[in-house]
Amino acid sequence: MAIRRWVVLGLIVALVVAAGSAGQVARAADPIKIGLGMALTGGLSANGKPALLAMQIWKDDVNKRGGLLGRPVELIYYDDQTNPSTVPGIYTKLLDVDKVHLITSGYGTNLIAPLLPMAMERKLVLMGMFGLANNEKYQYPNYFQIQPAGQDPQTSTAIGFFELAAKQNPRPQTVAIVGADAEYPQNALVGARELIKKFGFKTVYDRTYPPNTTDYTPIVRAIKATNPDIVFIASYPPDSVGMLRAAHEVKLEPKMMGGGMVGLMFTTIMTSMGAQLNGIVNYDFWAPEPTFMAIPGIKEFLKEYQVRAEKEKVDTLGYYLPPYSYAMMQVLGQAVEATKGLDQQKIADHIRKTEFTTIVGKVKFGKNGEWATGRTLMVQYQKIDGSGVEQFRGPGKKVVLYPEEFKSGNLIYPYAAAKN
Amino acid sequence: MVSGLLLGGFYAAVSLGVSLIFGLLDIANIAQPAFLVLGAYAAYVMNNALGWDPIVSGLLFTPVFFLLGALVYRVYYASFERRGDEALRGLVFFFGLLFIMEVSLSLTFGVDYRLVQTAYTSKSYEIAGVGVALRYLVPCVVGLLMTLALYLFLGRTFYGRAIMAVSQDQGALRLMGANPVHIKTIAFGVGIAAAALAGALLISIAPVIPSADRDYIGRMFAITVLGGMGSIGGMLVAAIILGVAESLMSTFFGPSWSLAVSFGLLLLALAVRPQGLFGR
Repeated sequence: MAIRRWVVLGLIVALVVAAGSAGQVARAADPIKIGLGMALTGGLSANGKPALLAMQIWKDDVNKRGGLLGRPVELIYYDDQTNPSTVPGIYTKLLDVDKVHLITSGYGTNLIAPLLPMAMERKLVLMGMFGLANNEKYQYPNYFQIQPAGQDPQTSTAIGFFELAAKQNPRPQTVAIVGADAEYPQNALVGARELIKKFGFKTVYDRTYPPNTTDYTPIVRAIKATNPDIVFIASYPPDSVGMLRAAHEVKLEPKMMGGGMVGLMFTTIMTSMGAQLNGIVNYDFWAPEPTFMAIPGIKEFLKEYQVRAEKEKVDTLGYYLPPYSYAMMQVLGQAVEATKGLDQQKIADHIRKTEFTTIVGKVKFGKNGEWATGRTLMVQYQKIDGSGVEQFRGPGKKVVLYPEEFKSGNLIYPYAAAKN
Repeated sequence: MVSGLLLGGFYAAVSLGVSLIFGLLDIANIAQPAFLVLGAYAAYVMNNALGWDPIVSGLLFTPVFFLLGALVYRVYYASFERRGDEALRGLVFFFGLLFIMEVSLSLTFGVDYRLVQTAYTSKSYEIAGVGVALRYLVPCVVGLLMTLALYLFLGRTFYGRAIMAVSQDQGALRLMGANPVHIKTIAFGVGIAAAALAGALLISIAPVIPSADRDYIGRMFAITVLGGMGSIGGMLVAAIILGVAESLMSTFFGPSWSLAVSFGLLLLALAVRPQGLFGR
């Protein structure tokens, strides 16, 4: 009788242990959930969708290799409609209902702004995607931003532009600056004003315009009337096209023009604007020049991206944001693997002190969560002929002028010489 | 000043449909800007596939848009107007339609900016010492012709007069043996057909994305209200006032103030004349 009792007890213990280990097996196979809001509709969706596609490619690549910590990775995302007011609701749902383990921001400064205080309140690691100077005021130590703006993000967009201008002979003297009334252009203009002072240029025009302006010719005419040597423009895609077309119509031909024009690097805009881009000197983050194509992993990524982008009707070349979106996920994934867990503080500490190897090169973050060393490029559109997309796949059309270590060609100066 | 006049002509083309549907028929079709963007995409597709000029495409698409508009009105009538639910539920219907069209365009074309190059893009001429950009001159001329055509249609044709009558007294029109629903179907169709051509003008001026409708919704209704509900001539004057105000502010006082001053003018005009400049 006693033996039978012991056998039953033993069976119960065995069952409990088995059930426990089964539970552990189930937990080990549970996916690691990464949550985000992304601009899939609205004004920034032209960048949001390619960014999301790059993240999905990373997820697929990681899962093919067995996932993170032996667990599959799952992306949970919602459309933030390019509307900052949707961000708190989306991330509350992601954290409290979907129970995501990690978060990243959606695309852009305006969408990161409402998320940063939430991440601070909950002490989360926050990977930021292309936000300009979001952490300047907060100095939140667990925020890491993948746009290679560097330690002084406000001047990062304009620094290459004004450094190049200052080196030209004869040296330009007067500057016109203009930008949209929105967060990114305003930050870029603040940086431009600082640099104008630093390099000793004289400002002859400094104005902003509402983002939904229809006709840019009066603005460009007013700029032309001040006869500036260089024109720095901080604009979003529709205004970039509007300003450039108006400049051609009004025959505005300063010695250098461009600077902070978002959108010129988008495939549809490059192919539609064609030769009208020639001569423009503009910021960028990536170009299919030999200096970038040599980085391991980038060719494979672009090959996969371009096939999937065609099907999903998003930016077909993917040279602007997608490599950085993928790299951001590489940083997060490598940090999870290195810390062997999902502890937010340990992951943040690891990201802060480590140099990561990614498809955009080595990434090391500085004290404000921006890249320790900035790498915003200045490129010049050169020798573009017609609207064929193939010409943009190779080098020579978007020549890197700045910084020196990524330089792939020389500035054609003045603008009129490159324009024709 | 010249830039403002050209912009005003374009604004007139964009606001024509609202002036007809909202101003005359008193139907708050807030989906009108989505039809405008649909017209822009139709022109983009034809330009991209066959190299057609957007204005030619816009003209060819007007019958299709007319039928689409007639269909939308019939659904609206059967679901809301006939039951007397048009005030709030009708507004929700058009709001929903706007979002459905926006999302459908996103799914079909993606969310990239789409633009076209025409023979007149980036060309300008000096006329009496004033630089005139063809990119704005052509849409302005087309906009003025559209306004003139609608003005003549409303004043000189049987259906036009019937539309004017339906806006004033549906009961009286019924007594004359005409069917107000039939007349309103035609008027709604004409308003949506105007969006096909206006959309073609839009894409020849600026890049378009599916959500571009949001940039125009305010201007369209402001121009219609400022001109006076139902007054096509008033709409044209209001469009030119807004265009000139935006342009002059951009040139002389800084572009930041342009929209604020334009809409300030609207408020001021409405404070003095609540029925609009040419409203009765």
